[in-house]
Amino acid sequence: MTLVDHHVADLPGMTLHTIETTKYKTTSLILQIKSPITEEEVTKRALLPYVLQSGTERYPSSKELRAALDSLYGATLGVDLSKKGEYQIITLRMDVANEKFLSDNTPLLDRAFALLSQVLLKPAKQGEAFLPRIVQKEKRSLKQQIESIYDDKMRYANKRLIEEMFEEEPYRFNVYGSKQEVDPITPETLYDYYQKVIKEDEIHLYAVGDVSKDALQELAKKHFEFPQDRTEPKRTSPSGKQRVDEVKEIFEEQEVQQGKLHMGYRTYITYSDPEYLALQVFNGVFGGFSHSKLFMNVREKESLAYYAASRFESHKGIIFVMSGIETNNYEKTVKIINEQLEEVRNGNITDGELEQTKAMIRNQILETVDDSTGLVEVLYHEVVSRHKRTIEEWLEGIQNVTKEQVRDVSQKIQLDTIYFLKGRGE
Amino acid sequence: MEQIHFNQLKETLNHKTLPNGLKVYILEKKDFNKTYATFTTHYGSVDNHFVPLGKQEKVKVPDGIAHFLEHKLFEKEHGDVFQDFSKQGASANAFTTFNRTAYLFSTTGDVEKNLTTLIDFVQAPYFTEKTVEKEKGIIGQEIRMYDDNPDWRVYFGLIANMYKNHPVAIDIAGTVESIAKITKDDLYECYNTFYHPSNMLLFIVGPVDAEKIMDLVEKNQAGKDYKDQPPIDRFFEEEPAEPANRKEVLHMPVQTPKCYMGYKEKRPQRSGKDLLVRELSINLLLEMMLGKSTKNYEKLYEEGLIDPSFSFDYTEEMGFGFSMIGGDTTDPDTFAQRISEMVNEFKQQSLNEEDLERARKKKIGSFLRALNSPEFIANQFTRYEFNEMNLFDVIPTFEELTVKQLQDALNDHFQDSQLTVCQVKKKQS
Repeated sequence: MTLVDHHVADLPGMTLHTIETTKYKTTSLILQIKSPITEEEVTKRALLPYVLQSGTERYPSSKELRAALDSLYGATLGVDLSKKGEYQIITLRMDVANEKFLSDNTPLLDRAFALLSQVLLKPAKQGEAFLPRIVQKEKRSLKQQIESIYDDKMRYANKRLIEEMFEEEPYRFNVYGSKQEVDPITPETLYDYYQKVIKEDEIHLYAVGDVSKDALQELAKKHFEFPQDRTEPKRTSPSGKQRVDEVKEIFEEQEVQQGKLHMGYRTYITYSDPEYLALQVFNGVFGGFSHSKLFMNVREKESLAYYAASRFESHKGIIFVMSGIETNNYEKTVKIINEQLEEVRNGNITDGELEQTKAMIRNQILETVDDSTGLVEVLYHEVVSRHKRTIEEWLEGIQNVTKEQVRDVSQKIQLDTIYFLKGRGE
Repeated sequence: MEQIHFNQLKETLNHKTLPNGLKVYILEKKDFNKTYATFTTHYGSVDNHFVPLGKQEKVKVPDGIAHFLEHKLFEKEHGDVFQDFSKQGASANAFTTFNRTAYLFSTTGDVEKNLTTLIDFVQAPYFTEKTVEKEKGIIGQEIRMYDDNPDWRVYFGLIANMYKNHPVAIDIAGTVESIAKITKDDLYECYNTFYHPSNMLLFIVGPVDAEKIMDLVEKNQAGKDYKDQPPIDRFFEEEPAEPANRKEVLHMPVQTPKCYMGYKEKRPQRSGKDLLVRELSINLLLEMMLGKSTKNYEKLYEEGLIDPSFSFDYTEEMGFGFSMIGGDTTDPDTFAQRISEMVNEFKQQSLNEEDLERARKKKIGSFLRALNSPEFIANQFTRYEFNEMNLFDVIPTFEELTVKQLQDALNDHFQDSQLTVCQVKKKQS
């Protein structure tokens, strides 16, 4: 038995992925729309999904569209923005109850497909522009969302680290764009951009639920009709420094109780590389779990922090370390973190650490695919990287990683930037 | 072993109460990779005033002790139980709420071994002065982390506004000063009082064989020497019906202000079916008043008073209850004023049948969606059980709610006298 019953079909304008499973009481439809992140378009692209979810030709206001969703037993429509490598990805997600669990037998899935397709392909418009009323509201809301990053100090510190570390690479842009770029957007320019998205972006639809793949394919064909003149999607070419000459250290002060320490490392390894699995194990030994070196030393041994962890970005090849500490413990903490990386570089990894890490990663992968959002996230790696790796191959690959491979990977990794948001007057 | 069938949901729940009083529930989910288990005591941050087991006099313990105990239970003479779980391919965690402390793991590997670890570690405390001192630095940083989080501050600030005497107003983790006073003896006293199996519930959900798992738990418990324990005497001072404080403004380094408002429940003494009807009614009414498909939501959004962070909820447990409405807003004073006007206006009109049916469908759909998550099922089932409700009654109860019940809840709960507001505004530096 395979873990995931995943089928791919190329339809005109998009690729359909169907995953048949009896795990859920709802069916999820997830549209992933991908394009390189660029300075000119990042903010428009951030605004677009919020405008799309605010009205369709048939339901030209958010209120009417939401009422239609509520009537479908609370079908949910949500949008999301993410950055994977140097792509900015728009996600439109609809989730609808499976009729099997209701006392009512309305064909909900058919209507959900129709509605999602209308949100993407038949937006509310007048002439060649979105409705000014909608665009104006969503512009204000986007500005507020951009501002709110500042209010969540962990997110803010992460954003600042990225801006500093990738000063000269497109990866520096935040997925929500920048506040000053919001105002110049008009209903016309946004609609122009939207048409470009529909013609040029790479679009994938994932359908997950207790429905046969044939039925899902029928529904997708019936409801999604793209313009004829679609062009080949754009791809990014890898960019970025190939080595770090000097570690950048950035300090900023605010009235916070706890200092936020964020460190960025370049690994030069991404999802499609053979060393990717060893990198994943490295991250687990270093800071991914509660048995990892960072947690054990920064928290358990020294009581310096409540959290001290690392995580990695699969397509840009970056590791981030984060910890919340007293401002005056900065030097001590950085020293301990550096020592932990040095330990791995010297091959000081116990058998226990290695086995524990592998067991945890295995567990994490299997748990992730139990959840429809997590599953789509995992499958989508293949699209972004154009590299196929089944869940089974992934699990087996992790099992085969050796201590030496982890050590070798750690020797390639370089600290690039340290960002510290510190408290005032201490 | 008792089997409870929920036909519409196609679920079967297995249940048994063991001789020592422990309640065990097992839900088989054959398609999942993951098994999730929670072992929960009916003891949280509000239980700070009680008669310790074997004593006559009631005591008041330092703020934050239930949460402190949760942290310390993981540490044993041989080391940290977190490590035992990860060696066995499971990830463990725990959390403390106002009235529950839950220990949990999830695994796609050896369920029986991890389940034994879970039960055994929670049932074998090991506290020393040294390890208690070490934890104070870590929890101190946890408290500071929340102190910097404006969403957390405004949420708990609103609750603090409502309650004059009830300990729900106290921070779950306590303060750096209050946890400094905690000793190992305090921890043992709380542990011995509240961690008896008769005060606890074990929930297991995943691709398991219910009979085998039940057998394992029964044998494990039979091997431990628990004496019957009398019911726990918990004390709560009398709480006035009205909020203690009408308005609070916190100043923090933020760019977008926040406003939360809520109605304090006058008689939060319900349990069982009454409580279920109450919670679902108020949540349904909030949806009809302020949900995304309402005229009010549209107006608030157009007036620039709300953004996607806007949310609302109603919750009630023994001794406290409140509705809560809030989010980021550029104008926190107008926000509070407009919402309260909208609530009053809604009360003047009779309930619209069509809106009611739509909101009802939406709520049922959301609940089905929540059931996709084993974590939701285990955690919420436990919360419901501690309040004598059954999680699997939610859909039929939504279906049966009458206009009369909703109208009564509307008039009873949303009164101006019960309203309080908490805001976070930009700190002028």
